[in-house]
Amino acid sequence: MIAVLDYGIGNLRSAEKALQRAGGDARLTSDPEEAAAAEGVVLPGVGAFGRCLGALRASGLDRAALAAVESGKPFMGICVGMQMLYESSEEDPEARGLAVLPGRVVRLPEGEKHPQMQWNQVHAVRDDSRLLQGCGPAPWFYFVHSYAPEISEAVVATCDYGGPVTAAVETGNVWATQFHPEKSGPAGLRLLGNFVVACAA
Amino acid sequence: MRTVRVIPCLDVDAGRVVKGVQFENLRDAGDPVELASLYADQGADEVVFLDITASSEGRDTMVEVVRETAEQVFIPLTVGGGVRSVDDARALLRAGAEKVGVNSAAVADPALIRRMAEEFGSQCVVVSLDARRVGPQGSGRYEVYTHGGRNPSGIDAVSWARICERLGAGEILLTSMDADGGQAGFDLGLTRLVADACRIPVVASGGVGRLQDLVDGALQGGADAVLAASIFHYGRHTVAEAKAYMAERGVLVRPVE
Repeated sequence: MIAVLDYGIGNLRSAEKALQRAGGDARLTSDPEEAAAAEGVVLPGVGAFGRCLGALRASGLDRAALAAVESGKPFMGICVGMQMLYESSEEDPEARGLAVLPGRVVRLPEGEKHPQMQWNQVHAVRDDSRLLQGCGPAPWFYFVHSYAPEISEAVVATCDYGGPVTAAVETGNVWATQFHPEKSGPAGLRLLGNFVVACAA
Repeated sequence: MRTVRVIPCLDVDAGRVVKGVQFENLRDAGDPVELASLYADQGADEVVFLDITASSEGRDTMVEVVRETAEQVFIPLTVGGGVRSVDDARALLRAGAEKVGVNSAAVADPALIRRMAEEFGSQCVVVSLDARRVGPQGSGRYEVYTHGGRNPSGIDAVSWARICERLGAGEILLTSMDADGGQAGFDLGLTRLVADACRIPVVASGGVGRLQDLVDGALQGGADAVLAASIFHYGRHTVAEAKAYMAERGVLVRPVE
C-alpha cells in the first residue's frame, strides 16, 4: 500500500487516483499508523509553504513523514510537499521546514510571470535518475508554483524559467518533484509508475 | 520559457455538455467526462468546465462530474460557474479540480478572492472576467459583466484584473462578450490590455473560429493560454491539429505525445 498523506490541503484526490492508474495501491490517509505500515509514502501539497507546514504539523503527519524518510522506504514529495522537505522558504521566512534536505526555497526569477502556471520541459542533469527512468530525454510536466528549492546536489532535473529552476530531486529513498506528475498526462503516469515499482521492490 | 496552453472549454448544464452561443441558445454536445478524456488524449493542456446550471441540485451534479473526471483525466481541470463561497470551492477541489473560477460572487465581494487564496493558495484561484467594450471599436475601454454576461458592473476591466491580482488571484480567464460566439477571433485589443496589466497568467477566451485565431491570441494578444469550445466540440479541428498549427507559426506549445 502507498500512503498519500491527507492533512486537509487542496486537491489530494488527483495524486491518489493517478498513483492507482500507475498501478499502485494508493490510499489517502490521515492515520500515522497506516502511513507507518505502508510500503511507500507520498507527501503532496499546494498553497503557501507556511500554511501547508502548519496543517501538516497540526495533523501530526509531519512525524509520519519524517519517520517514513528515516525508515528508508520510498518517499515522494510533490510541489509544496517537496518544498516542505527543505529548511525554509522565502515565501514564509518564519516557517520552519522539515529539513530533510539542506537549503531553502526561493522565489522564481523576476521578469517571468508568477506563478509559473504551464507545462514545461524538464532537462535531466544526472543520467542515473530512477524517478525519471523511461520518461525520455526532455519530458514535459505541468508546473504551478511561484517558489522553488535552490539548485543543490540532490537535483536530478531542472526546467528553464528565467534561468534553471529545480524541477526534481532524488537522494536515496527521497524523491520529489516541483511539478505535478498527477496532472502531467502520460509522462506523469510513467514517473509515478517508477515510484510504484520502487515501492513494490 | 513560456509555453502557451491550449484549453478546450466545456459548458456543463446539469451534468451534460452544452455550448452557448452568446451564452444563450444551448445545444447538447455530450458527456463531460468522455469529452475531457478525449481532449486529454488529443493533447489538451488543461480542460475547463463551466457550470451553467441554474439550480443548486444541479451544482451537486457538478461535484460528481468533477469526481468522475478526476478518476480518468490526468491533466489540470478548472471548474467555474456558480461558485459563491470558500465552501463551494473546497467541494470542487476535494473532488479533484485543480483550479476554481469565480466571477459574479467575486465582483459582489472581492474579499472572496483573498479568502480563497488564503485557504487554498493563489494557484487554485482563477477569476473569470467577462468584459464588454465601452464605446466604439478601438476605444480601449472595457466594462466587467456578471451573471453570464447579463449584468453590467460599472467596473473597468483592466482595473478589475489588477485588483484581482492584488487580492491573490492566480490567473485571469478573460472572455470578450463582444467576440464570444462570433467565431471571428479573440478581441485582441482587450487581451493585450489585460495581459500587459497583469503579472499573473491570462487565458484568452471568446471568439475562436479558426486555428489562426489561437496563434493571434498568443502572439498579438500576449495570452498565456488560449481557450476555445465549438472549434473543438463539433470536430472541426482536434487539439493536436491546433497545436501543430500553432507550433508551425512560432508559438511554443507542448507537443502532443
